[in-house]
Amino acid sequence: MSWWRPSDVGLAVRGQLADMGYAARFLWRIVSLLGPCSRRFGLVRDQIHFLGNYSLAIIAVSGLFVGFVLALQGYNILQRYGSSEAVGMMVALSLLRELGPVVTALLFAGRAGTSLTAEIGLMKAGEQFSAMEMMAVDPVQRIIAPRFWAGVIVVPLLTAVFNAVGVMGGWIVSVPMIGVDPGAFWSQMQGGVDWWSDLGNGVAKSVVFGVAVTFIALLQGYVAKPTADGVAHATTRTVVMASLMVLGLDFLLTAMMFTY
Amino acid sequence: MERSKNDIWVGLFVLAGLAALVFLALQSANLLSLSFQRTYQVTANFDNIGGLKPKSAVRSAGVVVGRVADIGFDDQRFQARIALEMDTRFKFPKDSSLKILTSGLLGEQYIGIEAGADEKNLADGDNVTLTQSAVVLENLISQFLYNSAASNASSPAEVGKGRSGGAK
Repeated sequence: MSWWRPSDVGLAVRGQLADMGYAARFLWRIVSLLGPCSRRFGLVRDQIHFLGNYSLAIIAVSGLFVGFVLALQGYNILQRYGSSEAVGMMVALSLLRELGPVVTALLFAGRAGTSLTAEIGLMKAGEQFSAMEMMAVDPVQRIIAPRFWAGVIVVPLLTAVFNAVGVMGGWIVSVPMIGVDPGAFWSQMQGGVDWWSDLGNGVAKSVVFGVAVTFIALLQGYVAKPTADGVAHATTRTVVMASLMVLGLDFLLTAMMFTY
Repeated sequence: MERSKNDIWVGLFVLAGLAALVFLALQSANLLSLSFQRTYQVTANFDNIGGLKPKSAVRSAGVVVGRVADIGFDDQRFQARIALEMDTRFKFPKDSSLKILTSGLLGEQYIGIEAGADEKNLADGDNVTLTQSAVVLENLISQFLYNSAASNASSPAEVGKGRSGGAK
C-alpha cells in the first residue's frame, strides 16, 4: 500500500479541482474578449481561413462516404421490411441528429484542434507570449481569443457541409445506384425530418461541440510544458480529451433534446 | 479594416456552409411547406386516437387539408379531445365525419375527413360530433377469436341437429 496515501489522494483531488477552476476562469476570460475580437475581425478571419477552409476537404470527403455507407446499410435493412423508400429519411435523420455534429467535431479535433495546440504550445515554448507581454500586448486577446471564436464559427458551418454532402451521398447510392424512386426518397425525407427539432437541434449540438473542442485545444496548448515533450503530450491530450468530451456531451444533449 | 487575400476564401467558406444549411432546410426538412396560411380551428372527441400525434395530417380524398394542432384528454367524458387546424381554402359541411386511418399496414396514422351534406360549413371553434376511433389491433384480434370460438361452439350443435333429423 505504498502507492496509496491519503495525502496523495488529497493532493490529486486538489490538483484536479484547481485545474478545473483555472479552465473555467480561462474560458470566461476568452468569452469576455468577444468585443475586442469583433472589433479586430481580421484576426478571426485569418483563423477561420486556417481552421475552416483547410478542413473543408476532409469534412466533405468524410461526409460523402458516411452518406454512402448509411444508405447502403439502411437499404439493406429497410428492404427486408419492404420500406426501402424510407432510406432517405434514415440517412437524413441519422446525419442531422447524431453523425453530422459528432463526426465533424471528432474530425475537427484531429485536423484543426491538434494544430491549434501545437501552435500555441510552441509559441509558449519559444517564449513568444512573454515577449508579447513585454510589449504590453495581451497574448490571450491577440492569439487565443480569435482562434476560439473562429472555431466556434467554423464548426457549425463544417457540420452543415458534412450533412449536406452526406445527404447527397445517400442520394447517389440510393437513387442512381440501387434504384430507389427519387420522389419517394425526397418525400419520405421531408416527411420525417422536422426543421426545428432535427435541423435546429443538430446545429445547437455543433455549436456546443465547437466551443468544447476549440476550448480544449487552446487550453491544452496554453498550459503545456514549454518543451518538445510537453507539446507532444499536450497534442495527444487534446485529441483524447476532445473526443471523449464530444461523445459525453453528445449523450447529454441527446438525452435533453430527443426525449419526448 | 485591412483587406487581405484571405477575404475571398473565407467568404467562399462561409457561403458554402450557409448554402449547405439552406439545402438541408429546404430539401431535407422542407421548410417551405410550412404553411403560413390562415387556418380555422375545429375540435372533435374520439373514444380512442391510437397512435395519432400532434402535426399528423388531416386528409380528404388523400389530400392534406389540415393538421392536428393539439391532443388533450376530456376527463368529463373520458375521451380524447383533438383540435384540428384546417386550411381556410377548404370548406367542409357541418355534418362531416372524422375517421382515424392508417397509411399502409405499418404507416403513420392520420385523420380522414369525409364531407357530409349540410348546407352550412364548419367554422372556427366548431365541434365535429361524427367521429370514428382508431382501429386497435388487440380489439380486432379478440373480436376475431370470440367470433371463431362462437362459430366453433355452434357448429357441433348444427351437426347434431342434422343427424337427429336424418335418424327420424
